[in-house]
Amino acid sequence: MIPEIGLAALWLAAALAVLQMVSGAFALKAAEGAVNPLAIYARPAAVVQAFLAVLAFLMLLWSFAITDLSIKLVASNSHSMKPLLYKLTGTWGNHEGSMLLWVGVLALSGGLLAGFEKRLPERTMGATLAVQGFVALGFYAFLLLSSNPFERLPVPAAEGTGLNPLLQDIGLAIHPPTLYAGYVGLSVAFSLAMGALLTNQVNPSFARVLRPWVLGAWVLLTFGITAGSYWAYYELGWGGWWFWDPVENASLMPWLAATALMHSVSVLAARDALRTWTIMLGVLAFSMSMLGTFLVRSGVLTSVHAFAVDPERGAFILGLLGLYIGGAFTIFALRAGAVAEGKRFAIASREGALVFNNVMLSAILAIVLLGTLYPLLTEVFDVRVSVGPPYFNPAGAIFAIPMLLVMAVGPLLRWKSDKPARLQFELALIASLVIGVIALVSFFGQFPLLPLLGLGLAAALAVAAFLPLRGRNLARVPVATWGMVLAHFGIAVSLFGMACEGAFSQERLAAVAPGGTEQIGDFAVTLESVTPVAGPNWTAIEARLAVSRDGGEPVILNPQARNFWSPPQSTSESALLTRWDGQLYAVIGNQAEDGRWQIRVWWKPFVTFIWYGGLLIALGGILAIAGRVKVDVKRRAAVTKGAERRADVEALDVASPVPAE
Amino acid sequence: MRSRLFLWVPLALFAFFAGVAGYMLTQEKDEFVESTMIGQPLPDFALDPAFGGLPGAAKTDLIGSKPRLLNIWASWCTPCIAEAPQLEALQARGVEIVGIAIRDRPEDVANFLGRYGNPYSRIGSDRISEVQLAIGSSGVPETFVIDAKGVIRYQHIGDIRPEHVAVLLAELEKAR
Repeated sequence: MIPEIGLAALWLAAALAVLQMVSGAFALKAAEGAVNPLAIYARPAAVVQAFLAVLAFLMLLWSFAITDLSIKLVASNSHSMKPLLYKLTGTWGNHEGSMLLWVGVLALSGGLLAGFEKRLPERTMGATLAVQGFVALGFYAFLLLSSNPFERLPVPAAEGTGLNPLLQDIGLAIHPPTLYAGYVGLSVAFSLAMGALLTNQVNPSFARVLRPWVLGAWVLLTFGITAGSYWAYYELGWGGWWFWDPVENASLMPWLAATALMHSVSVLAARDALRTWTIMLGVLAFSMSMLGTFLVRSGVLTSVHAFAVDPERGAFILGLLGLYIGGAFTIFALRAGAVAEGKRFAIASREGALVFNNVMLSAILAIVLLGTLYPLLTEVFDVRVSVGPPYFNPAGAIFAIPMLLVMAVGPLLRWKSDKPARLQFELALIASLVIGVIALVSFFGQFPLLPLLGLGLAAALAVAAFLPLRGRNLARVPVATWGMVLAHFGIAVSLFGMACEGAFSQERLAAVAPGGTEQIGDFAVTLESVTPVAGPNWTAIEARLAVSRDGGEPVILNPQARNFWSPPQSTSESALLTRWDGQLYAVIGNQAEDGRWQIRVWWKPFVTFIWYGGLLIALGGILAIAGRVKVDVKRRAAVTKGAERRADVEALDVASPVPAE
Repeated sequence: MRSRLFLWVPLALFAFFAGVAGYMLTQEKDEFVESTMIGQPLPDFALDPAFGGLPGAAKTDLIGSKPRLLNIWASWCTPCIAEAPQLEALQARGVEIVGIAIRDRPEDVANFLGRYGNPYSRIGSDRISEVQLAIGSSGVPETFVIDAKGVIRYQHIGDIRPEHVAVLLAELEKAR
């Protein structure tokens, strides 16, 4: 019964998406300021649709919780012996379930937009909801016609066939749902951009409506990418934190577009400039989300995140891409010319710096996109290639370095036009920090170029991030400004972690007999014993490593080599020792013929700063949202108060006797 | 008036991508592409060891009593991770595999082998892809069957999937 309820809810939600689309489109037929009587159904349709889609997802979650083996999806992706937490996370650890989550979040954000956004003109709102309904409809069709998560088996299975053991991890519980929420949150930015373009309402008040959605999606993406990077770091047992894998790139590209959009939307809100560009980025950000979904789900590219591959599904998603991205770019090409040019500004101005960073971000996006799609392109000519860090790192850095330098200065510039001479002190400070730190570090040893530049930039950025607060009364600085300061500081922290990891990591690979000791950095690592252990659905070889720093009290680490039996697969569980100034990362490998064990240990100074920085960036985004919402609520309260006062005055006027002439 | 032609650029770029992707989806994945180098003897080369654990690779190492596999790979290449179990399976069947690591660093090679297993008898380091290009390989991973005289007999482009193991074993037998 449960899966049938879920399926029915999905069909109903799809029907409501049609209603939302049609009714929203009628809003366009109304005259300026008037409301078309057929347009009033769009908002309630969106809200009810959100409830239904979430209900469908909950039904699937429940089916996984009770391991209902009569459902094909549960039988092929779960197992009665699995811990409950991983049964639940297994709901979205597969194609159908994750697409249902996608659609659920899509409907939920559409519902929130319809339920709470009252500032937009009705025509623009109608067009926006129509686009949102149109997008949702395609993905409902995809779920219902080609990836039905509630499909029953003719005969219930006796036992499930497990879940990819790599995915049995708490990282999976938080990382994909956060990313999805971020991806799909951008759908609202897409719909709003289309709505504003269709009704020619690209102006600062539209930007203020758009901004919280972009910020919210951006925060979720930042958080999801940070969590995903840490997950890959400790789960893949390879010691790396970013692999330039197509699936990672699929999450990075929307983030880059959203970062650019977030900044350009601020320019539009504050200065009424960059109108067309903001619309373009709004379309681009969600297009990148959909493109990522296509790349991951269609199997056109090989990736460590090997999901179910099905060319028919790939064709379906490609069709949707063609419809939405192609359609949006066509409307953009036809209508963007009608958008009046925004306000002009000088190159040396806050807008100028933001435009520069926008261009750099777009260039990095293009580089990542090209590197990700290049293997697909060459495969047309029957050549299969893999593009890796030797391309991405230097090519990305060419644009990232000037971007970071301008990021240090940009927030100090005035809007509209400014004189660089005014910032002599700050510019000198930033330049001397970069040069000083690089000189200091290279004095102590030979390090690769990029990490060295990274260290210099990180130092300068960390200081520059706080310069906008100089000479201001800290109690009166707006919350949103604190958000910017914190996010920019987070970039510096993260960059510092990356550079330290690149420059100072130490590694030791040794065959050790039990009782033997290896030295790495300040640490003495002793292999005390290797014993077999068993978990609920795996067995493992577990090493007991006693790690002591500078002869201090030893800490025990237990890296494992795990074997899962359903499906049979082995993984390496790394063991981490976290200190304030870095992490010791230990992995156990195979046993050699002479009975010694392969032990692999890294000391990675300040590597944790990569993720601390990511969290700071996300926190900065949260502060920015809080600040904007606070201002909005205040403004709305003031407007209401003003309206009440006017009403009171009018009432008084009516009530009071007309003064005698 | 602004020129509006540039507004069509995003659409054009997307149409190009969609065309390529659509074409790819309709194509059967065809792994059996004849290279012009097939039937030719190996070019001369002698590469330094890719890391401390194994000797380097030279043309002379591939000439001898039996056919061997020459595997072009890199630690930074994701499909190479996917094919690692298949290489181990081939090695378990008694196949000697000589590796050439493309644009790699010793510590990364060691990392990779520690994590995904080491099926190789020797690995040469090709820092500038010179041997790779001379052999007629344009990407990683690629695997060549080299007969006992050092002649390239078969080329496998892309990662070795489980179903390819039998194909490669048959090609090795043919090259005997």
